Amino acid sequence: MRSNILLSRIALGLYLVIFFTYLLGPLVIMSMTAFNSNPFPTIIPWDCFSFEWFQVLANDERILRAILNSVIIGLGTVVLSVAMGLAASLILTQIWPRWRSTYYTIIIAPILIPGVVLGISTVVFWDRLSRILGPATDGLFHNGIFLTILGQSTFIASYTMLVFVARLQRYDPGLTEAALDLGATHVQAFRKILLPFMRPAIASAAVLAFLASFENYNTTTFTFGRYPTLTIELAQKVRYGINPSISALAFIIVSLTVFGALATEAWRRGRIKAEAERNGEAVAQGRSILPGFLRGNWAAGALVLFSFVVITLFWTARVYSPDQCKAEVRAAKQAEAAKRREELLRRRAQQRMQQQMKGPDIFTPSGKPAPAEGASTGKPAGGKVPFGSVFDPGNLEGQSGTGAAPDQGSNAAPAAKPSPFGSVFDPGNLANQAGAGADGESGEAPSEKADENGGEKPAPPFGSVFDPGNLKGVGGGAGEGN
Amino acid sequence: MAGGVGVDLENLWIRFGDFVAVRDANVNINGGDFFSFLGPSGCGKTTILRAISGFLQPSEGRVLIGGNDMAGIGPNKRPTALIFQNLALFPLMKIWENITFSMEVKGASSAERRKRADELLEMIALEGQGDKLPSELSGGQKQRVAIARALCAEPDVLLLDEPLSALDLKLRQHMRTELREIQQRVGITFIYITHDQGEALTMSDNVAVMRAGVIEQIGTGHDVYDLPATPFVASFVGENNVFRGRILEVNGTEALIRTNRSGDLLAQITPAARGVLKPGDEAMMFIRPEALSLVDDAGAHEKTSLTAKVVNEEFEGNSYSVFLEGDGGKRIKMSLPNVGQDRIASKGEDLTLKYELRNAVVMPAGELAAE
Ligand SMILES: Nc1ncnc2c1ncn2[C@@H]1O[C@H](COP(=O)(O)OP(=O)(O)OP(=O)(O)O)[C@@H](O)[C@H]1O
Ligand SMILES: [Mg+2]
Repeated sequence: MRSNILLSRIALGLYLVIFFTYLLGPLVIMSMTAFNSNPFPTIIPWDCFSFEWFQVLANDERILRAILNSVIIGLGTVVLSVAMGLAASLILTQIWPRWRSTYYTIIIAPILIPGVVLGISTVVFWDRLSRILGPATDGLFHNGIFLTILGQSTFIASYTMLVFVARLQRYDPGLTEAALDLGATHVQAFRKILLPFMRPAIASAAVLAFLASFENYNTTTFTFGRYPTLTIELAQKVRYGINPSISALAFIIVSLTVFGALATEAWRRGRIKAEAERNGEAVAQGRSILPGFLRGNWAAGALVLFSFVVITLFWTARVYSPDQCKAEVRAAKQAEAAKRREELLRRRAQQRMQQQMKGPDIFTPSGKPAPAEGASTGKPAGGKVPFGSVFDPGNLEGQSGTGAAPDQGSNAAPAAKPSPFGSVFDPGNLANQAGAGADGESGEAPSEKADENGGEKPAPPFGSVFDPGNLKGVGGGAGEGN
Repeated sequence: MAGGVGVDLENLWIRFGDFVAVRDANVNINGGDFFSFLGPSGCGKTTILRAISGFLQPSEGRVLIGGNDMAGIGPNKRPTALIFQNLALFPLMKIWENITFSMEVKGASSAERRKRADELLEMIALEGQGDKLPSELSGGQKQRVAIARALCAEPDVLLLDEPLSALDLKLRQHMRTELREIQQRVGITFIYITHDQGEALTMSDNVAVMRAGVIEQIGTGHDVYDLPATPFVASFVGENNVFRGRILEVNGTEALIRTNRSGDLLAQITPAARGVLKPGDEAMMFIRPEALSLVDDAGAHEKTSLTAKVVNEEFEGNSYSVFLEGDGGKRIKMSLPNVGQDRIASKGEDLTLKYELRNAVVMPAGELAAE
C-alpha cells in the first residue's frame, strides 16, 4: 500500500519534471545561449559568458524598428479589439435569446478562420474599398499599420469577447436596475456600475490582445506593408542565418514575462492578504486558522529575487569583460586541437603535394580543402569550434591564412560572426596568425572589417587579438587570405 | 402618516408571451400605508413590483402613483425605490458610496454625501462602518444598508421584495420590527412582498393575497386570517383544518354544512360568499387549530362540536398540538396553549371538540394551497 503511494508519487514527480522540461526547457536553453559568446545559439560548447549579443541586439536597427511597429500595432489592436469585444459581449447579453446562439457563432467565427485567410481578405477588402472611394493607392487603406491593426482585430476581438462574456456571466443585471431605480441614467449606470465591474476583464483582455497581436504572424504577413513587425522581421532574419542576438531578445521577453507574472501574482497575493487582515479585525479567530505560509507572499519574494538576479546580471554586464575567459577557452581548445594536429598535418601535406608548383601565393587555391571544411561546418551549423583547433598556430604556420581568410569572408558577409575570430586569433598562441588580425588593423583584412560592420560586436573579441605584444608582424597569412 | 403618496393598480395585466403573470389586478394602496403582497413562490409578486417601479410595462391596465399615470416613465424617473430580492448592493463600492449612490448620480459633492451617509448609517445602527465593502458585512447589516440606500433616494414609495427571506429566524423577527419602525418614522408608503404569512400579518396595514397571478383577497391582516375569501387564502395564511361538504341550509350569514366525514356543522359564511352560497353547493369549511377546544361538559351544541380519535400529540413549548382522526380518517389538528398540563390526552382516546361559530368560515369549494 505504502510503496504504491510512493511509486505513484515518484511517477507523478517524474511526469512533472518531464512536462516542465518539455514546456520550459527550450526557453531556458534559448535564454542561456544569449550569454554564450559562441556565434551560433548553442550552449554546448559553452565558450564564454558574455553580453555581446545584447549589444548586437541593441545596435540592430531593423529589430528595434520592428519592435516599435509591433508595439504600435499591439496598442492599436488593444484599443480596437477591446472596444469591439466589449460591445459584442454586451449585445450578446441584450439580444433576444432565440438569436443568441446564431449571433455567438457569427461573432466567434473569426477564431476558426485561418489567419492567412483573414490577412488576405483584409488586404483585398481595403484595397477594393480604396479603389471604390478613390484612385489613391498609397492612402490609409494601404498603410501597413492600419491594415495590420484591422486584420488582427478581426479575430482578436473574438478572443476579448470571450473574456468579457465570461465576466458578464457573473454580472448581476439587478445591479444596473438598482442604479436606474436610484435615479441613474443608462449612461451613468454603465459608467459607474458595469464598467468598474468589467475592469479586471478589460485588463486581461487588453493583455491578451496585446500578446496575441505581438506574436501574430499569419495575418500580419499579408498586411504589414512597409511596417514589418517583430515576428516578420525575425522570420526574415532567420532566413539569412541566426545568431544569439535573437536569444538575447528572447531572454528579454521571457524576463519581462516572468517579471510581469510575478508582479501580478505578488500584487494579487498582497491584496488577498490585506483583505484577510481586514476580515481578521472583524472576525478575530479567523486569523489564527490561516496557515503560516499564507501570511508570507512567496510571489513577492520571488519577484524581489528575480529582480535582484536581473539587476545583478546587467550590472555585471557593465563591469565584466569576457576577454579573460575567452583566452582561456581558446587555450583549452588549442590543447584539444593539439590532438588533431597529426592528422591535419597529414592532410596539409597532401594539399601541398597537389599545389607544389606554385609558391606561397598558392595558399589561396591550395586552401580549397580547408574552405570546404569551413563552409560545411562554419556556415549555419555553428561549427566554429573546429576551426579554433584547426588554426592552431603551432601547426599551421603560414597556411592557416588560407583556411581562415575565405572562411572569415564567407561568415562575415551574411551574419556577423565575430567571436570565432576572437578564439581563432588568440594572441597568446597564434603568434603568426595573429598577424592576420594585425594586418586587418593596417587595413589589409577587409574580411574582419566586414565582420565588424556586420557583426556590431567589435571590441571584446578583437581587443585581445590586437594585443601588440603578440603581433610579431607575422601577418602573412591574412594578407594571403586576401 | 396620511398624505403619503398612494399607488393604484387598475386592471393590470402582465404577460410574458402567452404566459399570464398578473391577471387583472386592481389594488388601491393608501399613502403612508404598509401594504403587503403575500403569495407562494412564482405567483407574480415580483412582477407586480417591477411594474410599479417601472422595469416592466403593463400589457394592459395602468399603474398610478400619486394619481399620475406612470405609462412611459422609466424607473429612474419614478418616485419609487426598490429593495431587491437579492439586495443588489454595488459590490465594488464602499457602504457609504452605496448608500448615497442616488445623490452621486444627481451630482452631489463628496462632502454632502458623506454627511448624509453618516446620518443614515446612524439610523441603521452601522455608525463607523461606512468604509467597508458590502462583502464585509453580515446578512442583516447588508439588509439595513439596502434600506438606507433606498431611503437616501427619498422616494415617495418604497418597494421591498422579500428583503428578509435570506435571514435567519431571529434576525428576521428583529428586522420586521425595525422595518415597521422605520416606516412609521419616515411615513412613506411601503409596498412589501413576502411569501411568509407571519411577516405579512405582523407588519402590514393591508395585505393582498395572490395565487398564480390573481389577487384573491385584499384586506387587513385580521380579515385575511379570520375571514378568508377563498379556500386558497384560508389554507395559505396560517394553518387551517378543512372540512369538505355540501351546504344543507343557509340562514342569514350562517350556513349548515353536511361535511363528508364529520357530520353536520355550523359555520358563518365568509363575507365574499354571502348571497352566493346556496343549499346544495359544494362548500369548504375551515376551523383554525387554535379555535378548537375540548368539551368540558356535555352541554356543547352538537352542531358546533365533533368527535375524533387522538392519533398523536406534540409538545411545542408554548402549546400542544394534538392530531386527531375524525370519522372516516379525517385529519384534524387542535392547538391548545400550554398552561401547565402534563399532557392533553392519550393515544386512541376519543375526544369531543367544540368551536365558536364565529371561528368557523364556510365558502364555495375551491383549490387549496399546496402543502
Ligand atoms: N422575464 C420573464 N419572462 C418570462 N416569464 C417570467 C419572467 N419573469 C417572471 N416570469 C414568470 O412569471 C411568474 C411570476 O414571477 P415572479 O418573479 O413575479 O414570482 P414571485 O411571486 O416574485 O416569486 P418568488 O416568491 O419566488 O420571488 C413566474 O412563473 C415566472 O416564471
Ligand atoms: Mg419574487
